[in-house]
Amino acid sequence: MSAQSARRIWGLMYRHLALYRRSWPRVLELMYWPVLQMLVWGFVTAYLAGVQQNAATIAAGVLLGGVLLWEVTLRSQMGFAISFLEEVWSRNLGHLFVSPLRPWELVAGLAAMSVLRTAAGVGPAMALAFLLYGFGVWTIGPVLVGFLAALMAMGWAVALAVTALILRHGAGAEALAWGVMFGLAPFAAVFYPVAVLPGWLQPVALAIPAAHVFEGMRAALIHGVLAWDHLAWAVLLDGVWMAASAWIFLVQFHEARVRGALLNMGE
Amino acid sequence: MDTPALLVEGLAKTYRPGDRPAVEGLTFTLPMGQTWGLLGGNGAGKSTTIAMLLGLLVPSAGRVVALGHDMATDRFAALARMNFSSPYIALPHRLTVEENLRVYAHLYGVPEMERRIADLIEAFDLGGFAKRPAGQLSAGQKTRVALAKALINRPALLLLDEPTASLDPDTGDWVRGALERYRAETGAAMLLASHNMGEVERLCDHVLMLKGGRVVDAGSPMALLAKYGRRDLEEVFLDIARGRAREAA
Repeated sequence: MSAQSARRIWGLMYRHLALYRRSWPRVLELMYWPVLQMLVWGFVTAYLAGVQQNAATIAAGVLLGGVLLWEVTLRSQMGFAISFLEEVWSRNLGHLFVSPLRPWELVAGLAAMSVLRTAAGVGPAMALAFLLYGFGVWTIGPVLVGFLAALMAMGWAVALAVTALILRHGAGAEALAWGVMFGLAPFAAVFYPVAVLPGWLQPVALAIPAAHVFEGMRAALIHGVLAWDHLAWAVLLDGVWMAASAWIFLVQFHEARVRGALLNMGE
Repeated sequence: MDTPALLVEGLAKTYRPGDRPAVEGLTFTLPMGQTWGLLGGNGAGKSTTIAMLLGLLVPSAGRVVALGHDMATDRFAALARMNFSSPYIALPHRLTVEENLRVYAHLYGVPEMERRIADLIEAFDLGGFAKRPAGQLSAGQKTRVALAKALINRPALLLLDEPTASLDPDTGDWVRGALERYRAETGAAMLLASHNMGEVERLCDHVLMLKGGRVVDAGSPMALLAKYGRRDLEEVFLDIARGRAREAA
């Protein structure tokens, strides 16, 4: 990456970071749902496991790990797609696309913002899980780093496809930015193994990168096994998802330039 | 021979198959250091033309070469040396004026960024509201900020879509003066779409009259006045818009 590209990506990030610098409600909003989810699920698992404070069981760990890692996927996707929507809402796309900002630099800037937004949102929830329920997500082992990266990448792939749909349909498609990941959750084996799903549904689940991450997480927490094979599958599927999303994005970006949508897109 | 600021050949745009072309057969060469006007009524094709020149809109036919770079294959090299201002495309309204200028300074790779921003704040008299969100500014203030953004990279080619729309006469006059000074200092080329005939007479060396997406007449403001036998461009515009061109000429 050239220094000029890095500067343009930083320019896009600065545009979003400047909003957070002055607005504590925006920062609070980033943490609100992940922390709330952690509190609800933490107390549910504490009740089901019959434990109090630091006496977490394996089952509780599996549930809490699922909550935390799924939040990473969710916040990664939302962080990317909502940063793009900020440009749509402020009717700024016209200015961005007459600057030398390349489409891939836009994508890199949105992905970088999604990393920061995810860290700001899920970090406090992870700390809370340890302080309240004695569950440290790092007990998954060093493979956790790969799992987090794979989940982030899946979030970006979904967000890129959502962004393409926003380019195609305008702000009318923005509901997808908030809700699309919830639709994948039942098949991503977040809280239960893939084997629990009906046989015909299992291939669908196994085509989702997150399903492999959660299988790997359970292998680590229940059996103490570092599931590199699950990580490899997740990374491979992420590559396929990213390639498909990038193709959809580039096609829709070109179509938006043919239709003149970049000038008019707004609320 | 110097590279022209813009070389436009047979430019055309039809939004949907079967529709009337929004722009058709547009051909012209804008030399460096000149300001040209695009005049025409609503729907004449001015905004469509500007969008194609900026690479925001893919033409149905023809080509645009900006500052020596073909916009179909090499538009980012040209865009780094171009800029654009329109009151119809907003800047992020929650960012302050300074923050907006900083964002675009990064996007255009402006050297000595803080000094450039300070110079623009002084030149466009933005100091009184530089730390206010862009969304809280008056129309005149927003226009000055948009122009400061448009000059952040010292563009060699500046495209302006109705730069003084909705401004009071005093602010409009001030903006026109700023554009004249910028051109005199830098030798930049400008293409101006406007409904303000006084503005076009004052700023433009050459005018393209658009109607129904086609150039129906062209020339310097003085030449057009002489050709149509009118006292000002507004009367020329009305002659053309109402189909009186032939008899008037």
